[in-house]
Amino acid sequence: MTIQIKTVDMEPKRQTFGHVARRIGEGKSATRYQEGTFDVQPTTNFHYKPLYEPEYWTYDPRKTRVVMEDWYKPLDPRQYYYATYNISRATMNQAVERNFTFAEERALADKMSPAARKQIETYLLPLRHLHWGANMNMTEITQRGYGTAITAPAIFSAGDHLGMAQIISRIGLLLDGQTGVSLDLAKEVWINDPAWQGIRKLTEDSFVERDWFHLFVIQTLAINGVIFDLIYKMGDAGWADAQMTIALLTEFMSDWRSDESRWSDAVIKTVAAESEANRALISQWASTCIGAAVEATRPLSAAFLGDGGAGAEMAGEATAKRARGLGLTL
Amino acid sequence: MSQLASLTFYHNDDARPVIEAILADNPGVQVLNMPGVVKLDREGDIVIKRTTVEERLGRPWDPQEIHLILISMAGNLDEDDDAFSVSWKHPPPFNRG
Amino acid sequence: MSAKKLGLKQRYAHMTRGLDWETSYQPMDKVFPYDSFEGIKIKDWSAWEDPFRLTMDTYWKFQAEKERKLYAVIDAFAQNNGQTGISDGRYANVLKLFLTGISPAEYQAHRGFAFAGRHLRGVGPRVAAQMQSLDELRHLQTQIHTISHYNKHFDGISEFSHMHDRVWYLSVPKSFFDDARSAGPFEYMIAIGFAFEYVLTNLLFVPFMSGAAYNGDMSTVTFGFSAQSDESRHMTLGIEVIKFLLEQHPDNLPIVQKWVDKWFWRGHRVLGLVAMMMDYMLPKPVMSWKEAWEIYYTQAGGALFQDLARYGLRPPKYADIATAEAEHISHQNWAIFYQYTHAAAFHTWIPDAKHMDWLSEKYPNTFDKYYRPRWEMWGRMAKEGKRFYNMALPQLCQTCQIPMGYTEPGDPTTIAFRSSRFRGETYHFCSDGCKDIFDAEPEKFAQSWLPVHQIFQGNCGGATIPDVLNYYRLANGADNLDYVGSPDEKLWNEWQADKLKTAV
Repeated sequence: MTIQIKTVDMEPKRQTFGHVARRIGEGKSATRYQEGTFDVQPTTNFHYKPLYEPEYWTYDPRKTRVVMEDWYKPLDPRQYYYATYNISRATMNQAVERNFTFAEERALADKMSPAARKQIETYLLPLRHLHWGANMNMTEITQRGYGTAITAPAIFSAGDHLGMAQIISRIGLLLDGQTGVSLDLAKEVWINDPAWQGIRKLTEDSFVERDWFHLFVIQTLAINGVIFDLIYKMGDAGWADAQMTIALLTEFMSDWRSDESRWSDAVIKTVAAESEANRALISQWASTCIGAAVEATRPLSAAFLGDGGAGAEMAGEATAKRARGLGLTL
Repeated sequence: MSQLASLTFYHNDDARPVIEAILADNPGVQVLNMPGVVKLDREGDIVIKRTTVEERLGRPWDPQEIHLILISMAGNLDEDDDAFSVSWKHPPPFNRG
Repeated sequence: MSAKKLGLKQRYAHMTRGLDWETSYQPMDKVFPYDSFEGIKIKDWSAWEDPFRLTMDTYWKFQAEKERKLYAVIDAFAQNNGQTGISDGRYANVLKLFLTGISPAEYQAHRGFAFAGRHLRGVGPRVAAQMQSLDELRHLQTQIHTISHYNKHFDGISEFSHMHDRVWYLSVPKSFFDDARSAGPFEYMIAIGFAFEYVLTNLLFVPFMSGAAYNGDMSTVTFGFSAQSDESRHMTLGIEVIKFLLEQHPDNLPIVQKWVDKWFWRGHRVLGLVAMMMDYMLPKPVMSWKEAWEIYYTQAGGALFQDLARYGLRPPKYADIATAEAEHISHQNWAIFYQYTHAAAFHTWIPDAKHMDWLSEKYPNTFDKYYRPRWEMWGRMAKEGKRFYNMALPQLCQTCQIPMGYTEPGDPTTIAFRSSRFRGETYHFCSDGCKDIFDAEPEKFAQSWLPVHQIFQGNCGGATIPDVLNYYRLANGADNLDYVGSPDEKLWNEWQADKLKTAV
């Protein structure tokens, strides 16, 4: 017996929304990333000037000094929209769960030397505050930025940093027998330990940056490139005998870093390529903030790795190289 | 004046054990069926007990899983490891903090 | 040592609280420049009760699961051409109104909660606001992805984003959110977090989605209810915010009361569009606006304001007027759109006899007396070839921006007009509620981008209707006018004829 499926001819009148078709070409079908991103931010005919900042409209390209003819040029190579972002992070987080279970079952925290534990308490746990600072900055870029192509991935990044702050918190709870004592201690270190003060100052200075794209460069290029990379990527030796344990428990961070930098690098590259004026401005920003990040990180590098600050220099050089790869002149 | 605490769920398989647990533990609860959803109302409060849901579900149940099936609510919400509630009572049915 | 399992509350506290710190290299007031000008006094941010306690790992897990289910339905709907299974071709107009009017508001909420999620000083409310910012982006994108399939077949959807910034009636929801977005972070939280999400959102989503379910639109039901499952978190945030502000300082009460009054009335006016959708646009109506108002405002709002009375907060001013208007507002709004159908991006129609009987049953006090005669008269005129169009541009209310078509409280045969003088100009309002809002912030509301004024000032493409439709990117003869005779209707009839053939 054959089953005959009779379907009505359903030739669509149009393949996608008008604003998407004008970008990708008439008659082409659009991806969900394109439909969920292009032109969804209001651009004109606003009703009221913000009470808190009447010199600008709520959505206003003048909130940064870089100029784009079209803020939907700096697209996300990962093509994240909400669903694919969350599914990606849920998958990454399954590994986190497995790794924490592994560490708990084998009591890896109890097997560390006191020296390794001290290193983690002093140089890893305070990072929860740096992630929280990054979360504030990426949220600021979401609220203040222009064009969904950048502002949507920025709130995803803010969620990532909150998630990573919480992973660090879990490491602390694993170490201190779920009392939270280690987290209180780490906050003390963040506030008072001289090794961290340059980084805390750099972070607090970033909180008052009003130019949102400048803030984007400070956070994604300098802070991510110099400080997070120093600790997560180049800091293995600092964890002594706990090296494997920390590699295991911070797996999410290395996955995140390679994922996010594909986006943030592409954004900087595209915006810098827009004009000589943009390139010059971003180059100057990058040069200054990478330099400031290296200065701020040198004491931490010296205290954490006992390298007299060489690690900070190396992280800075790697970041400068990355920046040059994006078309910046440093 | 009447103060109805209220929870609205999807009308689906995932919600069914939770709805049954509410009916079992909250005498006087009123059920309003709408297309696709079920609204449960009760004077003062509604409490969902983890153990009652687990009896019906046959597996461990985390009260936070309610976020997958809950559509709307009225009342002050409270949640911990053993229960989830909405209430207009002060203090609420189990302790906060 | 063995790790004892932490309770939910303790675990959440460790994972979230204490992430922030008192800055010392930059003054806190410079790091948080926007949270003091509104006059709200916070003595102790740590007294904030976390309304829900989702850590990011759980958030990702739950949201990914919801999204997998939702997109499976969206895909299946498209593959099976589910749009042919809706109750009637008219139903698609509900989605047009939704995507042009409501989805862009989700976007504004997304950006607004990012503002609150950065600029409130306490870590607890900031984390909750950030999650809501993520959720609101979700709602926008899932709505676009669901309605995308309808856009392939039906008119009036394709230019939703362009239209939202320009079309006259879309300035009603747009100005509502512009108003909230241009306020400080506390007013934003009361406006959107409390008044809209807690008090009014059920009136938007639950009836809308039940209507979709009843009219065979499974993909919209799925996104709607899936979005609503985030809404319970949002409602909890809204109620926590208001309790927190009222508990922190007695001086906050008059400020919060003023905002509750304002945003209740603003929201009530915006929801008039939903009222019309429920009563007139659903081919198979599911519940009347009046019934929805009874359940979701009178009952639920009553319980809420009874609870908040312990702080000295009273129910919103003019709630009684809004309740009385529930008898009228849908009929008056649909009549406005019927008259101006040539300038709207969805179709209108006169309710058929069966639908009018339903309206008589649901509105025994008002429909037969005031509104049925009008529809019957316009029906007769249309039959005689004199379909009624109103070709004069309407006067708009300076606050809510709806054409001045609403009637006096207690007198449904007299149009209500109010006015105020400000800096030598006269401003016009549809109601006492809208006039009060203007009078409290005249500098703000004098700025309103009123679509009719803008047309007259030459800012909307020209002086004629074709010029303005062109500026709107509204396809004349396809997107606008009556459903009967529209390309949508023709297509729908072809599908129905094909179905009959297939059945034979």
